[in-house]
Amino acid sequence: MAECHPVGFQWVMEAKARGAKVIHVDPRFTRTSAMADLHVPLRAGTDIAFLGALVNHVLTEEKYFREYMVAYTNAAAIVGEDFVDTEDLDGVFSGLDPESRNYDVNTWQYEGTEVQAASGERDLEYEDKVSSAGRGEAHGSGGAAVDQPETDKTLQHPRCVFQILKRHFARYTPETVEQICGIPPDKFRQVAELLTANSGRDRTTAFVYSVGWTQHTVGVQYIRTASILQSLLGNMGRPGGGILALRGHASIQGSTDIPTLFNILPGYIPMPHAHGNEDLDKFIEAESVDKGFWAEMRSYLVSMLKSWWGPAARADNDFCFDYLPRLTGSHSTYETVMAQLAGDCKGYFVLGENPAVGSSNAKLQRLGMAELDWLVVRDFSLIESATWWKDGPEIDSGELRTEDIGTEVFFMPAAAHTEKDGSFTNTQRMLQWHHQAVEPPGDARSELWFTYHLGRIIREKLAGSTDEADRPILDLTWDYPCKGAIAEPDAEAVLAEINGFGPDGKPLSSYLELKDDGSTMCGCWIYCGVYADGENQAARRKPGAHQSWVAPEWGWAWPANRRILYNRASADPDGKPWSERKTLVWWDAEERKWKGHDVPDFVPDKAPDYQPPEGARGAEALSGTDAFVMQADGKAWLYAPAGLTDGPLPTHYEPQDSPFENLLYQQQRNPVRQVKPFKHPDNRMHPIGSDVFPYVATTYRLTEHHTAGGMSRWLPYLSELQPEMFCEVSPELAAERGLEHMGWATIVTARGAIEARVMVTERMTPLTVQGRQLHQVGLPYHWGPNGYSVGDAANELASISLDPNTHIQEVKALSCDVRPGRRPTGKARLELVREYQRRAGITEDTGMEP
Amino acid sequence: MGVRRWIEGWPVYRQATQGDLLGRGAAAKSDGSARIEARTHSADRVVKSICPYCAVGCGQQIYVKDEKVVQIEGDPDSPVSRGRLCPKGSASKQLVTGSARTNKVLYRRPHGTDWEQLDLDTAMDMIADRVLKSRRDGWQWEVDGKRTRRTLGVASLGGATLDNEENYLLKKLFTALGAIQIENQARI
Repeated sequence: MAECHPVGFQWVMEAKARGAKVIHVDPRFTRTSAMADLHVPLRAGTDIAFLGALVNHVLTEEKYFREYMVAYTNAAAIVGEDFVDTEDLDGVFSGLDPESRNYDVNTWQYEGTEVQAASGERDLEYEDKVSSAGRGEAHGSGGAAVDQPETDKTLQHPRCVFQILKRHFARYTPETVEQICGIPPDKFRQVAELLTANSGRDRTTAFVYSVGWTQHTVGVQYIRTASILQSLLGNMGRPGGGILALRGHASIQGSTDIPTLFNILPGYIPMPHAHGNEDLDKFIEAESVDKGFWAEMRSYLVSMLKSWWGPAARADNDFCFDYLPRLTGSHSTYETVMAQLAGDCKGYFVLGENPAVGSSNAKLQRLGMAELDWLVVRDFSLIESATWWKDGPEIDSGELRTEDIGTEVFFMPAAAHTEKDGSFTNTQRMLQWHHQAVEPPGDARSELWFTYHLGRIIREKLAGSTDEADRPILDLTWDYPCKGAIAEPDAEAVLAEINGFGPDGKPLSSYLELKDDGSTMCGCWIYCGVYADGENQAARRKPGAHQSWVAPEWGWAWPANRRILYNRASADPDGKPWSERKTLVWWDAEERKWKGHDVPDFVPDKAPDYQPPEGARGAEALSGTDAFVMQADGKAWLYAPAGLTDGPLPTHYEPQDSPFENLLYQQQRNPVRQVKPFKHPDNRMHPIGSDVFPYVATTYRLTEHHTAGGMSRWLPYLSELQPEMFCEVSPELAAERGLEHMGWATIVTARGAIEARVMVTERMTPLTVQGRQLHQVGLPYHWGPNGYSVGDAANELASISLDPNTHIQEVKALSCDVRPGRRPTGKARLELVREYQRRAGITEDTGMEP
Repeated sequence: MGVRRWIEGWPVYRQATQGDLLGRGAAAKSDGSARIEARTHSADRVVKSICPYCAVGCGQQIYVKDEKVVQIEGDPDSPVSRGRLCPKGSASKQLVTGSARTNKVLYRRPHGTDWEQLDLDTAMDMIADRVLKSRRDGWQWEVDGKRTRRTLGVASLGGATLDNEENYLLKKLFTALGAIQIENQARI
């Protein structure tokens, strides 16, 4: 955090100055470790073993916050009889189909009822939900009633979540942590004691993570393990608690909320999958829930459809629901590369991203682009994704010849943040407006300009078309006011559309006002309120020093300007704060109202003793203690009965490319990870425990550079601060492989070979894993051949093997070899990689097993 | 200039006579340094902004003179950053004013060996034509007998460095075109 989010880290230092303990768990010693009370180096790719042992410690030592756990989590819920755990199936859950590499997730449900997840994969149970709802029609228009799951508040029932949790994590012990992660037992105990001593009524612990947790074939389950810990310890929805994702781009949160992502629509409404005869009602039936705020999904979606298709979206045509294109499986960026290689995808926009350096298996990215008819790159400078056709590594190796590449390339210069109005959503879900300071130079234009005018030109070209395929584009509301000499669209007008309008044409102030009858419009329901009263709330800038510690009048956070989600849990079931020093929101019994330093995340006048009436739905169906209001059962999930593709509980699996066997189960890797669709001669995998690839590489960022370098390698200051690619190795590894400080090393995997300057440093610690010494190699991933500061891209080494929930690549833990000296050039570079493949006995089937 | 003023203007003389023996205070000042003015002081206006790098969202103040960005500083009002910027945020004036920015549309024709220049309007029109053709070529009304109403012909990547308003228009336009392969940096 001190390296990649240094200004955010000032708050960790503030907390430390007030007595907080800081623990840093990372394979490398970094600037964060230097400031921490305790640095815990571990083998990259083993965090579930580590966190799972903490869960086990909390359960066996009874360190959980029992009142919180019983009131606010699903610890007491009883799981159906069909569920069989990894403990009984040697590393896989019930429902696995090894052929299709999918789980039938129905066996994971609660006893006697079904719940839908608040996020994640909601389409998994479509057929079941729609058919059972079909049966439900016999009960009347409300569909089948969904019961509260059966519970056992004594937590004794053998199939209650609490008991399942105990059994599941029993084998995660300090001893297995030592064997798997390389963390000595006394260090593990220090962490366990600090964590539990700083959790409870009076104290809270926060977990902070970044892509070090997500970029694995089982990444989502890393975060799930932390969720279990934090829910057991009572650290969710409370000040100083939570699980905080530090995100690495200015508006990566915003581009997830209003997604340029294949699988969701604005506000996390799922993109529809292709099903026979699906209409709006069936979609809502399958994806929505009966309880909690997701029960209003129809209002959110209809209001969005009204924003997009205006008068054309009517009740009698399902509000143009049919205009939405349908998914068939995953269409993530990596599937898109395969579609390019297969010749299905012929045109590609690359907008402020640099996949030729920044995406896993950079070579496949470039080979995919070489198969395109056309490519549009919008950026500040000539990044590698724009120039690979003349100077990419494949030109040097002879695999591609410039004259043979048919791809037409347009480089369109982009406007900078100082040259346009707009909002970024930061990592804490807060929208902040940046005002235009100057006009963009030359042909540089904002994406707002580019997108609006491209759409305008396309609509002009299609005008008069009677083709049904063109209806969605011709009916689209696309009439934004433009200003100035370059006709820049008014960004505030777009923000106003995102916020939404009521039947009177006035801006809405809350998503609670949204209707499912087409009378309201709203581009993104969770952002409803950002333009309340016709005022740009994201542009609010009351100085922090002039307001409360929550600073509610700086920018605007979704939802409803709430800064801490699920903050009802900061008070006890009766509505009193758990302790004086951890006060955030509370129930005022006299005024019969929730009050707080933050905006309470609860229906404002719902009393703590409220019990829903029979047949209630939506928010009304949640009781006065159901603090997790987006969840279908109002509870924090220790066990996830729905929403995940790879298991209701986290399980330790080895990374795709690992020098070790899985010590806990026969099952080596996540059985449903996505790897088989990416079988390709340039995406070969490593055998388990191969001594040809004895080390573990992990990629990371530096303070002085940004992601794939497009915004940093062209800056003289930053290029001087970090002038070239390097690798971090321990003195022990340097001695073992004959590496010299400031000399060169070549790092090799089955995908590629790169060179890097050697930094020999004690910041890298050899670990003892399964009785042998393991060396890890640190690889910053910022570089490519263009710009002022150059070097090989770490992503040449990484494979395409993905987490099945998020389709995120495993670049944080991959086995590799390291050798002294520079890498060969030209054809010889390829030959070196092939020689390694031969030596390790790699075939197209290596590593492809479930 | 009189001799007296000349002598008094000599730093060593002032060090000796003004009690600043080590020359670390007022004696080190020269007429030249007195004439220097901070760019933040002489700017025509200050525009409130947000750092474009990571997602902490530090406040920035953009100093503008003669319609050019002359300095970027941290915004002390921000409750997030309290005026601080990291090395990247501090270097962001070079990001927006640096000579490494390419400000012209460039075009590489199929099988071409170098860039050519292209007029912006022409480029926009050519891109629109290509979108329509690829969209049409990759169109799928149905897949395995199920209605899809989509195209696999056009894909897009990127959005995390862009504004919410830009992502909104991108998702809206591409979805209306039937494109589904819309992705950004959320996975890296």
